[in-house]
Amino acid sequence: MIASVIHQIVQMALVLALAPLLTGWVRLVKARLLGRRGPSLLQPYRDLARLLRKEVVLANNASWLFRSVPYVMFTAIWLAAGLVPVFTTDLALAPTADLIALIALLGTARFFLALAGMDTGTSFGGIGSSREMMIAALAEPAMLMVVFSVAVLVRTTSLAEIATYMMGGTVGLRVSLALALIALVMVAIAENARIPIDNPATHLELTMVHEAMVLEYSGRHLALIEGAAMLKLLLYAALIVCVFLPWGMATPTQGNPLIGLLSFLAKLAAAGTALAVFETSIAKMRVFRVGEFLGGALLLSLLGAIFLYVSRGV
Amino acid sequence: MIDIGYDAAHLLGALVLLTSFALLYQRRLFSLLNVFTVQALALSGAAAWQGYAHDEPHLYITAILTLALKAIAIPVALHRIIQRLHIERTVEPALGIGLTMVAGVSLVTLSILLVLPVTENATALTREDLALSLSVVLLGLLMMISRRNAVSQVVGFMSIENGLILAAVGVAGMPLVVEMSIAFSVMVAFIIFGIFLFQIRERFETLDMRKIESFRGESD
Repeated sequence: MIASVIHQIVQMALVLALAPLLTGWVRLVKARLLGRRGPSLLQPYRDLARLLRKEVVLANNASWLFRSVPYVMFTAIWLAAGLVPVFTTDLALAPTADLIALIALLGTARFFLALAGMDTGTSFGGIGSSREMMIAALAEPAMLMVVFSVAVLVRTTSLAEIATYMMGGTVGLRVSLALALIALVMVAIAENARIPIDNPATHLELTMVHEAMVLEYSGRHLALIEGAAMLKLLLYAALIVCVFLPWGMATPTQGNPLIGLLSFLAKLAAAGTALAVFETSIAKMRVFRVGEFLGGALLLSLLGAIFLYVSRGV
Repeated sequence: MIDIGYDAAHLLGALVLLTSFALLYQRRLFSLLNVFTVQALALSGAAAWQGYAHDEPHLYITAILTLALKAIAIPVALHRIIQRLHIERTVEPALGIGLTMVAGVSLVTLSILLVLPVTENATALTREDLALSLSVVLLGLLMMISRRNAVSQVVGFMSIENGLILAAVGVAGMPLVVEMSIAFSVMVAFIIFGIFLFQIRERFETLDMRKIESFRGESD
């Protein structure tokens, strides 16, 4: 019991500490692939520290909502990231770490951010919010479908139990899981505003989505929002790793949390490299084709669910 | 327990189906050909794996035939045709991509619903292989009707044939002679297609089927 509480506290601190590092790693690998030297791995930490020191500039007509959204969003995403087991499934919050609760937390964060985008009444914010909602309307069903596929197979939506079950090796290679994995990766790319959906490296484009919503933010508010975006990237990487590649993670009965931690770091580095390679090898999509991309994710996850009933023993 | 023989066959079959969907999703002719090559590779992998798992050496011949014809000869030939004809490299689908994908998933569901009651006594592998290959065939047909460009219709036709081979590989007992003759008739069909494409191009100066339809008096 005490151990699980300690693990939970370590996990909360760990995701917070690692999130900017993952973003920095992706940026560094991308820069190297493009033939640039790239910023230091620690640059995201410095950026966040600088933003935290700066003064907040608020629009005259900004309401209380605009000011409270960064805190709400950051808290929701931090909590969500704390729920996904990264190095051990022996967490104090494991009984509540439900996939559906996770999606609800992410949805809450998105809802408030979209509201804040419209709050100051600038046209950019409105465009960003409406596009974010369009993406969400397609990404969330796809993600839920993935959750259903996994839940039907494992007979639970609890992340800790899913990870334990997958590590047990009774599942084998399944078509449904492969399809669910592809769909989840597509959703993760869309949700984290990566290329081909959105460009994370720009602030000056008519097609931007995430950056358009947060254009009015400054100072510590912006730091919180950027931090939340980094946490979200880490959260999706951890989620994919936890559901589909949980090997090395410790469980309450066996395994060493330290080995779990090391294997998680290795998996995170691999995921970041894969993301950077993918992003450099593909061009950004027109906004109107995002629907096709995410529709594809939805259909793949649907196909995964359908195939559960054809394959051997559901 | 993990039955690696089942699992690998299962995944390779699913990869063939997935590439069928990828074919429906492509907008450019060259990427269409690349995806088709991947499909042929997956298919030949599936054939070789079945040959290994069930100890049936003649499936290796199927695998080699698929590899040589589908993964090398036909894509290379189509590449050259596209370059020599100087046709537009973007494909204009007759239906929207989204709609095509929805139709594709309904076709897969349909084939599963069709196969399940028929194969109640069969093993899971046979059942699944039949469902997968029927889906690939139907998706190939969908590809042929949803594309206007003659080259992508040819690719659709070839992917139908991939579906047939997948069925032949999965269900043990298809004689080698039949497989060989299918493979060679497809090769002949492909040569005829090639000549046909050149002729269409020479006569009508386009490979867009919509424009040719008016010559048949079908559209206004």
